Amino acid sequence: MKKQQVLTVLIIAVLSVVVLSSFISTETEPIIKGYQIGSEVTDINLLNVDNKRISFSDFSDAKGFIVIFTCNTCPYAVASEDRINALDAEFKTKGYPVIAINPNNPEVQPDDTFVLMQQKAKEKGFTFPYLFDESHKVYAQFGAAKTPHVYLIQKEGDKNIVKYIGAIDDNVRKASSVKERFLANAINELLAGKEISLKETKAIGCSVKV
Amino acid sequence: MIIAIGMLFFLACAEKKVNSIQKEDANSSEIKIEKNLTATKIPSLNYKELEPLLNKKNDSIYVVNFWATWCRPCIKEIPAFEKINAEYKTKKVNVILVSLDFPEHLEKKLIPFVEKRNIKSEVVLFDDSDANSWIPKVNENWSGAIPATIIYSNSERKFYERSFTYEELEIELKSILK
Repeated sequence: MKKQQVLTVLIIAVLSVVVLSSFISTETEPIIKGYQIGSEVTDINLLNVDNKRISFSDFSDAKGFIVIFTCNTCPYAVASEDRINALDAEFKTKGYPVIAINPNNPEVQPDDTFVLMQQKAKEKGFTFPYLFDESHKVYAQFGAAKTPHVYLIQKEGDKNIVKYIGAIDDNVRKASSVKERFLANAINELLAGKEISLKETKAIGCSVKV
Repeated sequence: MIIAIGMLFFLACAEKKVNSIQKEDANSSEIKIEKNLTATKIPSLNYKELEPLLNKKNDSIYVVNFWATWCRPCIKEIPAFEKINAEYKTKKVNVILVSLDFPEHLEKKLIPFVEKRNIKSEVVLFDDSDANSWIPKVNENWSGAIPATIIYSNSERKFYERSFTYEELEIELKSILK
């Protein structure tokens, strides 16, 4: 009789440990997931600095998009401004226009208001849409963690597929010292119908402020 | 104009925090002596030179924080790291503040910041441009955003891509301190 009771207690103990540990293991899941290479991208509908709303579907002639999460004042973003203009000049005509998105909440980062975005676009002569992720949903969907953070997207049928994620090049601080243009290389490989050789890189940046 | 006003507010807040830290410091005679140090020297390190600081093998615990003077959430949490450095010094805890300020801003921004805030933790300038190669070496889970923090001992290592309050940081430190 006593033996049976001990056994029952043991079984319950073992079972509860198993059940509890299955709960604990879910905690190790990374918080930010977002799009991976090969993910299908949901269309966006965001306000541009010219007060018009922009979606991927507006660009019927495009082969894809260079989506860059950036902002007004992060030094890495500022250091990349001229390069982003140059990328748009180089690849828009080849079918890959730049679409820049500011993910920051101006209540947390006061330098990133829509009005200051408009000023920045004017001052720097941005040739590309500079969109405001007002609801802070798009950056989360992408899984963008910082500015600048690049996603190269290619149209495949009626889908938009992620092809490259990471940095513009290997020297965010100094354009003149760049040795490898990760993003440009990836687009050129797509244009040549090749597999992208370096699909993901790590970029240093300012954390997204929401 | 808006930026200027924002900066003023920000500096005003920062000022208050510094004052409160200095008050705490006044209670500690050990720290007072360190105040007599002359001109601030901050070494510039590339990744190869930084790596040993991330992998010291002794009986101390190291709290390594990646930050920059222009990074708002980083500046906000600096007092928490400074407090850890002051309060846990006797328990062999060392804080290392790894600045990602641009090298051309060392004299004009980083050193004045460290002097004005009277920062006691070890500060180094991390000057290495090829982030794609060193970010995964610092930690494979790091997206590359700052602030980011490593707490490590001889036997344990934890990485955080997030901001901390003093209380939150202390909880994490204690989980390694044991």
